Amino acid sequence: MHPVRKQRLYLVLFIIVFSSAAVGLVTYAMRGNINLFYAPAEVAEGKAPAGQPIRVGGMVVEGSVKRADDSLETRFEVTDYKASVAVVYVGILPDLFDEGQGAVASGKLDSNGVLQASEVLAKHDENYMPPEIMDALEQSGYDHKGVKQ
Amino acid sequence: MIPEMGHFALIIGLALAFLLATVPAWGAWRRNTYAMALAPRLAIGLLVFVAISYGCLTVAFLQDDFSVSVVAANSNSLLPVIYKFSAVWGNHEGSLLLWALILCMWTAAVAIFSPQLPLLVLSRVLAVMGGVGVGFISFSLLTSNPFARLLPSIPADGNDLNPLLQDPGLIIHPPLLYMGYVGFSVAFAFAIAALLGGRMDASWARWSRPWTNVAWAFLTLGIMLGSWWAYYELGWGGWWFWDPVENASFMPWLAGTALVHSLAVTEKRGLFKSWTVLLAIFAFSLSLLGTFLVRSGVLTSVHAFATDPARGMFILVFLAIVVGGSLVLYALRAPAVSSRVSFSWVSRESLLLFNNVVFTVATLTVLFGTLFPLIVDALGMGKYSVGPPYFNAVFVPLMALLAPVMAFGPISRWKRDSTQRWKAELLLPGVAAVLCAITLPMLQADYNLWVALAVLLAAWLVFGLLRDTWFRMGGAAGFPRGLRRITPSYWGMVLAHLGFAACIIGVVATSQYAIEHDLKMSPGDTDSLAGYDFRFIEVAPVRGPNFLADEARFEVTRDGEFVAFMAPQKRRYLASGSIMTEAAIDPGVFRDLFVAMGEPIGDSGAWAIRLHYKPMIRWMWVGAIFMAFGAFTTVLDKRYRRQRSRAASAADGAEYAR
Repeated sequence: MHPVRKQRLYLVLFIIVFSSAAVGLVTYAMRGNINLFYAPAEVAEGKAPAGQPIRVGGMVVEGSVKRADDSLETRFEVTDYKASVAVVYVGILPDLFDEGQGAVASGKLDSNGVLQASEVLAKHDENYMPPEIMDALEQSGYDHKGVKQ
Repeated sequence: MIPEMGHFALIIGLALAFLLATVPAWGAWRRNTYAMALAPRLAIGLLVFVAISYGCLTVAFLQDDFSVSVVAANSNSLLPVIYKFSAVWGNHEGSLLLWALILCMWTAAVAIFSPQLPLLVLSRVLAVMGGVGVGFISFSLLTSNPFARLLPSIPADGNDLNPLLQDPGLIIHPPLLYMGYVGFSVAFAFAIAALLGGRMDASWARWSRPWTNVAWAFLTLGIMLGSWWAYYELGWGGWWFWDPVENASFMPWLAGTALVHSLAVTEKRGLFKSWTVLLAIFAFSLSLLGTFLVRSGVLTSVHAFATDPARGMFILVFLAIVVGGSLVLYALRAPAVSSRVSFSWVSRESLLLFNNVVFTVATLTVLFGTLFPLIVDALGMGKYSVGPPYFNAVFVPLMALLAPVMAFGPISRWKRDSTQRWKAELLLPGVAAVLCAITLPMLQADYNLWVALAVLLAAWLVFGLLRDTWFRMGGAAGFPRGLRRITPSYWGMVLAHLGFAACIIGVVATSQYAIEHDLKMSPGDTDSLAGYDFRFIEVAPVRGPNFLADEARFEVTRDGEFVAFMAPQKRRYLASGSIMTEAAIDPGVFRDLFVAMGEPIGDSGAWAIRLHYKPMIRWMWVGAIFMAFGAFTTVLDKRYRRQRSRAASAADGAEYAR
C-alpha cells in the first residue's frame, strides 16, 4: 500500500476507535444522569415512577409553603391547577422562589407520593417562565394565574 | 429624537453591510480593482454608523428616556450610572446591538490592520464579514428593534435592571464574551475566502492565526468572568453548572482550541488544511448556535430572557444558511485545498492531531448533551434534562487523556522525532512530577488520590515546559542571552499551557477539598469548618442606592486569631421588589471563605446560612487568565509583522492579484 494511504488508513482507524470509546462513554454517562419532567397532573395519575430521579414543575400553591422552625426543611406544593404534588426540600431555596411563582423541583417520589427534592429551580427574571411549566399549564388549560382559558 | 437617529443610523448600517457583502465580492469575482478597493472603506463606514446607533441607545439609557421600551424595561432613575451604561447590553435587544457593534469592530480591524493582505483576499474576507453583518443587523431591526418607543403612555419610571446583572463583573463579561464569539467570524471569513479562492498555503494560515488567537483569548476571558460572576453573585458558591448557555459559550471555545492548534500545523507544515477550514466553519457555527440557544428561549437556563418565537426562527434560518452554505462550498472546494505532505507517527504533527481529536470529541459530547433534551422533545418523547453528572463523566476523562500527551508537544520536533529522544528529554520531568504527586497531597490531612493524579498531570506539564524552555535557551551557558532568542509565540504557548496546568489543580482541589455547610444559625452561634470559626454576630438593616438589605455580620477566626470580618446581604430591590443574595467572600491564594444568607427561620432572628470553604478556587481563574494572555502574547511575534513589510514590496501580492 502507498505509505500516504497507509497512514490515512491508520488515522481513520484511530479516529473510529477513539470515537467509539467516546460514544461508549456518552452512553454510559447518559444512563441514570438524565431525568424526565412530569406535570403535577401526570404525577397524580400515577404516571411518574417512584424512586427514580424525575422533575416536577408548576406554580407554587399560595399558602402551601411551610418552613420548619429548627432545620432547613421546607414543604410546599406545586400545581398545574388540575392536581398538586407535595414537595419536601432541605436546604436553601433560590431567591426568586415564592408562592404563586413557577418552580421546578428535581428529586425522587417517595412511597407517599411526596417528592423528596434535591434541587429546586425558580425562574430567574420577572417575565421568564421555564418552558416545561408553560407546557404543563397549557395542557391543563389554565394560565399562570390559575385562570381557566 | 435621539433614539430615532440611532434607528436611522442602524438602517444606514444595514445598507452599508449589504454593499460590503456584495460589491467587493463581485469585484473579486470580476477582478475589478475599484470594487475590491471599496471594501476597507465600506467596513469603516459600517463601524461608524453602527457605533452611532449604539451611542444613541446608550444616551437614551443615561438620560432615563423611559419612552424607549428597552430603557423602561431595564433601567430605573435610581440605577447607578455605571449600571445604566451596562444595562444597554443587559437585555435582548441591546445585547444584539452590541453583538452587531463588535462584529463591525472586528470587520474594521481586519480592514485597518491588514495592509499585508492581497486586495483579492481582503475583499473576499470583508465581504463574508459584511454578509454576517447583514444577518445580525437585520435580525436586530426586524425582530428586536432596540429603539421601539412606548407611545403615548410613557411610564413614569423604569422597571429597573435585573438585580443579578447589577454587578461589576457583568459590566465586562458580555462584551468580552462577544469579542470572542464574534471574533471567530474572522477565522470563518478567512476560511470562506480561502475556499472561494481555491488557494490555501502557509501565508493563509499566517494571516488567519493572529486573529484566531486573539478571538480565542477574549472568549477565554469572557467564560472565566462568567464563571467568576456565577460564583460570587448567584449566591450558592458554584462556579460551573453545565447550564445550556454556559455550554453555548464553551462549545465554540473547545472548537476554537482545536482550531488554534490545527492552524499551527497548517502554518508550519502546510498540513491539515481542509480540516482547519472545517474547524473554522465549525467554531463560528457553534457561536451562532449559542446565540440561537440563548435568544430563542428553547432551553431552561439562567440566561434565558423572555422570548418571542419569531426571533428563534430568524436565527435558525440564518444558522441554516451559514452552516449549509459554507458546508456546500466546503464540499465543492475542499479537494482543491487538500495537502500532500506526509509525517511520521512520532512527530509534533501527530501530537497536535491527538489534541484535535480530543477537543473535537469533547465539543461533540457537550453538543450532544446540550441538544439531547431539544431533540427528544421535538420527537415528542418527553421532556428530559441532562445534568452535570453526564458532562463530568464525559468531559473529565477526555481532559485527563489530553494532559499526559501535552508535555510531549512542545518538546517534540516537526515531521519526524524519535521516542529515544523523548525518553531522554522527559525522564527528569517525569520523575520530578511523580515525586510532586506523592509528596504535595500529604500537606492535607488525608491523602486524596484524585488530587494526587491532578498534581501528577499538572507537574508533568510544568516540568516538561521548563525542560523545553531550558533547552531552547541553550542551557545554563545560554542564560540570559538565550532568553532573548525565544520568540513571543513560544512564550505565549508556555503561558497558556502553564495556565492549563493551574486550571487542572484549581478544579480538582476545589471539587475534592471543598467543605460546605448549610445550617440554621442565630446571632451568637459559632460554626467551624476546616479550622475556621465563623461567629454570627448580628443582623442589621442596610440601605443601598436602589435597595434595602439585611446584613448578617460574621467574625472569622482561626485558632483564636482574627482572619476576616464578613458581611453577606439579603437585598430587596425597590423598583422590582426582587430579592437578591449578596455573598461575602474572603479571597486567598490557597483558600476562599464564602458566606451567604438564605431565608429567616422562625421568629427568633435565626437565619439559614451557607458557609463554604473553597481551597485553591482562584487557581482556575488565574489559569484562564494565563491562557488568555498567552494567546495575546503570540500575536506579538515578529513573523506576523515581518510579513507586512515584505508585502509592502508587493512581490507577494502580485501573484494573488494576477
